Amino acid sequence: MNLLKLWNFHGGLHLDGHKRESCTAALAVARLPERLVFPLQQRNGEDSKPVVAPGDRVLKGQVIARDESPFNPPIHASSSGIVRAMEDLPLPHPSGLSGSCIVIETDGEDAAVNFAGVADYRQCSPDELRRRIYEAGIVGLGGAAFPTSVKVAPGGNRKIDTLILNGAECEPYITCDDTLLSHYPEDVLEGAKILLHILRAERCLLAVEDDMPDALAALEQAKQRGDFGAIQLVRVPAVYPTGGEKQLIKVLTGREVPARGIPADIGIVCQNVGTAAAVYNAVALGAPLISRIVTVTGRGVKQPRNILARIGTPLADLIAQCGGYANDAERLVLGGPMMGFGVPTDDLPLTKSANCLLVADRNELIGEKRSLPCIRCGACADACPANLLPQQLYWYGRSDQIERALDYNLFDCIECGCCDVVCPSQIPLVQYFRAAKGKAVAKRREREKADHARLRFESRQARKEQEKRERAENAKRKKENLGTGKSPEILEAIERAKLRRAEKTPHPSGNGDPLDDAGHETATPPPAAANPSGSLNSD
Amino acid sequence: MLAVFVVCALFALFGLILGYSARRFKVEGDPLADKIDAVLPQTQCGQCGFPGCRPYAEAIARGDADINLCPPGGEEGVIALADLLGVEPKPLSAEHGAEKPKSVAVIDENKCIGCTLCIQSCPVDAILGAAKFMHTVIESECTGCELCVTPCPVDCIRMEPFKETLATWRWPEPKAIDE
Repeated sequence: MNLLKLWNFHGGLHLDGHKRESCTAALAVARLPERLVFPLQQRNGEDSKPVVAPGDRVLKGQVIARDESPFNPPIHASSSGIVRAMEDLPLPHPSGLSGSCIVIETDGEDAAVNFAGVADYRQCSPDELRRRIYEAGIVGLGGAAFPTSVKVAPGGNRKIDTLILNGAECEPYITCDDTLLSHYPEDVLEGAKILLHILRAERCLLAVEDDMPDALAALEQAKQRGDFGAIQLVRVPAVYPTGGEKQLIKVLTGREVPARGIPADIGIVCQNVGTAAAVYNAVALGAPLISRIVTVTGRGVKQPRNILARIGTPLADLIAQCGGYANDAERLVLGGPMMGFGVPTDDLPLTKSANCLLVADRNELIGEKRSLPCIRCGACADACPANLLPQQLYWYGRSDQIERALDYNLFDCIECGCCDVVCPSQIPLVQYFRAAKGKAVAKRREREKADHARLRFESRQARKEQEKRERAENAKRKKENLGTGKSPEILEAIERAKLRRAEKTPHPSGNGDPLDDAGHETATPPPAAANPSGSLNSD
Repeated sequence: MLAVFVVCALFALFGLILGYSARRFKVEGDPLADKIDAVLPQTQCGQCGFPGCRPYAEAIARGDADINLCPPGGEEGVIALADLLGVEPKPLSAEHGAEKPKSVAVIDENKCIGCTLCIQSCPVDAILGAAKFMHTVIESECTGCELCVTPCPVDCIRMEPFKETLATWRWPEPKAIDE
């Protein structure tokens, strides 16, 4: 089946998959919860604006919040019910911060708005299809939740030749894409065709890891039933992190995404298989993204399984439907064991980006271990799939030399955690890198703010300077105008006075003769007579 | 004799070239002050004793001011200045104030009488209002310099620390390890 030459990326690890736990049980459909919670913030950015008010009745699939930004697709109610509140609730986010959420109390009817799809997507322009994808609220379901409508609009003159569908679910424990491919292979393949049409790309590579035989068999069967000539199934070796976007592109095509670039720069768009299925649902059926498959697994949950759940369902409901917590459940992790983050409570809603809910027992995960000094063994650099030097990054990150860390391409770190696993000193390297990235971003923001403040300060100074100058000029002009700006009567009076003075001193030139000093002394009365006019002048 | 003549001629030539280029390529302004100004936090608070960051930068460039007078820049700012100027960093001068967490001014709009005193004292025009009308602080423009707090005759301005939001949150450092 693999006619394609496969490449290797640097580093990576063979990890214990732990996939059997969750994929042996059949896919379950989650119960309708009593309440659904929708955070207005979807990715780090602005909140969407609610378009419903408390007390309103909403239907399944109705838009409850939207934003003008193309990076914030609308949020839809995932069942019918009454909007109970808009309040600040804890978010499923590593910070544990709260954010405003819309809370809907479901009524059990699950009444939906009328969904209208298009019969033939080929008749639609790519822009029309992108608009439908945006309106359906579709974001990348692989974990990053990047808006799909933006990702399928590569922009500029970028020519896309290859669409990659990412079914390489490389992180241990997670099997939601595997389950999706086994149960809904047609949706994914149809979605791939729509995406190919939007991107005007020639071929699609659908990558599946070689430890997912069920998914592969289902896909091959589905492929034979329809016209899917442009789509090629590719089995890729199960090495962590093959499912990373840049790593998968390297494995399939041998091309490397440039640093600070995006795959579209090298003619590739990569989408998760779940996203492709959601695109099919949005275009062909008109259905918004209101549910997803999520893996609930780990030794801390009694019946690990995959579950098709509504977005907004409380995590506690999902765990209850998987048999509840086992006795030695200890940590709740949103996401997988490598890249997920711990959450302090199960009173959090399911979001579009949540692919796995891992309930770990005491010995299951790399917990907080006592780390030892770095011995510079270089094992991390051997394992790094992004070709970085983790020990250098760690060194600079710890000593606050963020500029140096940036020189070592800190921002190319994909935070996969391979270096953490291989480190013999058990240093939590990724945590240091995340902290260093945060510092770099904060520093840049501070700099921008300072530059802005400087600009405002300088323009204020310039304005004050100008005001001062204008005031001085005004005063000067007033002073100058004192003599000239008089009314005609005053000027006439001055003229008359001057005339009078001239009459009283008939020979002014003789008076000015230096030889006739005494005569000049005796001629004091005329200036005295001119005094009134002088006082008038100075008035 | 010829050697002396040649050397003198060369001196004269180089002198002319240097003199010409000193005029031709004269740098406007003070590049060192610009560099120092770029490192300062631009709070414009005047705690250093100079009326703003730019005058302080110019004073440092002239050698009239020490590098440790800027509390908003903090220890980090002193180190950056020391790096730039090639001198030893020193602790922040205590008499000019201590480093505080970043904050913004907030006007209690019920108490504001519209006297415009705070507007006049704000170095970055971050307060909006008019005489006998309520004033308010534009949060995104406020540098937290506290210069508006004392002029207020009704004490309705207070400083509030920055609230952490999802947009400003960042991953914390791992807990310290023993080395």
